[in-house]
Amino acid sequence: MEQPSNSDLYRQMLRIRRFEETVLEQFPRGDFYGTTHTYIGQEADAVGVLHWLKEGDVVVSNHRCHGHFLEYGGSMHGLAAELMGRSSGICGGRGGSQHLQWRDFYANGILAGTLPLAAGMAMAEQRARTGRIVFAFMGDGTLGEGVVYESLNMASLWKLPVLFVLENNLYAQSTPISLNLAGTITGRFQAFDIPVREAATTDVLEILELAGQAVGDVRHGTGPAALVLQTYRFAPHSKGDDTRDPDEIERYREADPLRVHGARLAQTERESIEADVEREVAQAFETARSDSPADPAALTAALGDPE
Amino acid sequence: MTTVLERLNTGLAACLETSESVILLGEDVIDPYGGAFKVTRGLSSQFPERVLTTPVSEAGIVGLGVGMALRGLRPVVEIMFGDFLMLAGDQLLNHAAKLRWMSNDQVRVPLVIRAPMGGRRGYGPTHSQSLEKHFLGVPGLRTVALTALGDPAELIKRAVLHDDDPVLFVEHKLLYAARAQEALTDFEVVAAAGPYPAYRLRVRGAPAAVLTFAAYGYTAELARQAVTKLAYEHELFAELIVFTQLSPYMDDALLESVSRTGHLLTVEEGSRQLGWGAEVVARMAEVMGPSLRIARLGAAETPIPAAGTLESATLPQVDDMVQAARDVCRQ
Repeated sequence: MEQPSNSDLYRQMLRIRRFEETVLEQFPRGDFYGTTHTYIGQEADAVGVLHWLKEGDVVVSNHRCHGHFLEYGGSMHGLAAELMGRSSGICGGRGGSQHLQWRDFYANGILAGTLPLAAGMAMAEQRARTGRIVFAFMGDGTLGEGVVYESLNMASLWKLPVLFVLENNLYAQSTPISLNLAGTITGRFQAFDIPVREAATTDVLEILELAGQAVGDVRHGTGPAALVLQTYRFAPHSKGDDTRDPDEIERYREADPLRVHGARLAQTERESIEADVEREVAQAFETARSDSPADPAALTAALGDPE
Repeated sequence: MTTVLERLNTGLAACLETSESVILLGEDVIDPYGGAFKVTRGLSSQFPERVLTTPVSEAGIVGLGVGMALRGLRPVVEIMFGDFLMLAGDQLLNHAAKLRWMSNDQVRVPLVIRAPMGGRRGYGPTHSQSLEKHFLGVPGLRTVALTALGDPAELIKRAVLHDDDPVLFVEHKLLYAARAQEALTDFEVVAAAGPYPAYRLRVRGAPAAVLTFAAYGYTAELARQAVTKLAYEHELFAELIVFTQLSPYMDDALLESVSRTGHLLTVEEGSRQLGWGAEVVARMAEVMGPSLRIARLGAAETPIPAAGTLESATLPQVDDMVQAARDVCRQ
């Protein structure tokens, strides 16, 4: 697979960043339903990992799914429309921010409940010998759920083609990892003989390289692999619910993945990308806003009729 | 004699034979053990690639089934005792039942969860329950109850091969040894139309019924005995509607019967309060109004004890049904 250009990587991260910032900026206008969980600060993870996605591969995501979805190739307009409850939304307004389904992308806001699904999808692909793999994103907070370990056990036992991508942003909602996690994160994967790689970096190039190795292992067919990415989110868990020390957030901003990678581009190039992305984001939200609200008449029954 | 268990086993074998997409998984389901109740006996020898024994991970294996179903397979997951279904509750409610609708109908989850339920075998409080009441009325999830009427092989085949939505398939343990496809000499049996039919049973040659029993699963077998007793010992004539699809609720056969008899007795093995019978009665009352006479029987509002004398007192018995029938008709 081709090495992406520095400008492409910057553009992809910026698309996520500006989408998410726009969501937070515009939330007070009352345009969106429910709540949201933004990916601001973690963009290098989605971009570095999903570069290795091939046609037909499956992505399983969680409540913090916008970045994964956009990097998967999902429509920015469709996502904005979903948040606004428009019929043009990814799921017609039925799912909202954390329940996205499009092609082979599945997100659900129930932490860890998605992981046995990921194992099952991987098993189906393995049995059909398609060579497809499953990317399963999870966070540090998810490690408190028991079904994580059922899933790791099954994935390893049956050598399923799953890459577990654990993004450790150090907080489960408001609770720091020191108050809710014993042992180590890597040790959890090692306990099931799942090879694990760890990156304590926000540099998209480093993540890209490490993810490439992990994906290569999974494609090789020897079983699951894990990637632990140490990261940080600059915005609240959802919105307006941040109890972290502002100085701590500022310290992490020094390693902002956009700043780190943006420094590799000439200023003119960076500005040109920024102008493009600005236009794209503005257009996506503007179009979504003018779309018609989801129509109750389009609601179907929850069950079909069996033959 | 052919048992319900044999017909179920035959039905599952037919599913595996018919479609390469069918895969069976569960704890201890492979030979020589063949599952805790032997429903899958012989299948792993016949289809070694598609009958899979799993870790003791109910949430994990139901989720695994959901994932497989999303990718084109038709998995059948056995939960060893239905009591363990709660461990997979999130998978059933927040994943299996949601995915089709939540995705704006972009995906389907053709998954069958088989769950042996029920007491009367002395297994005690955590291995004897009829927990299906907690899954009834969940949008996106169909609940079907096994019966000795009709052909159990056909019922399971319909769920596995022809239903594109998740089905919770409830099997009362005492039905396994019951006779299947038995010619009921005392009863005239009519199956309603539809994939998961309700059955109407009438005592042959009896005068017009004055009472309708509604039941499902093994309790329907007991209700049938009660109907016989009422006819021969009390000259009280009832007919019995046996449901196979419990949820979503389907009421045509029952409504037709109750509108003739004007008396309804629901019988279930789950605890009575806020149970299946409550919904059935409410449905009938909404249509028929105050002219309807009703009674409900169910398990006592306690856990189910292990000792035989205690368990019998806790679960509805034939004589309880006879008494309740006489009482409701005296009202």
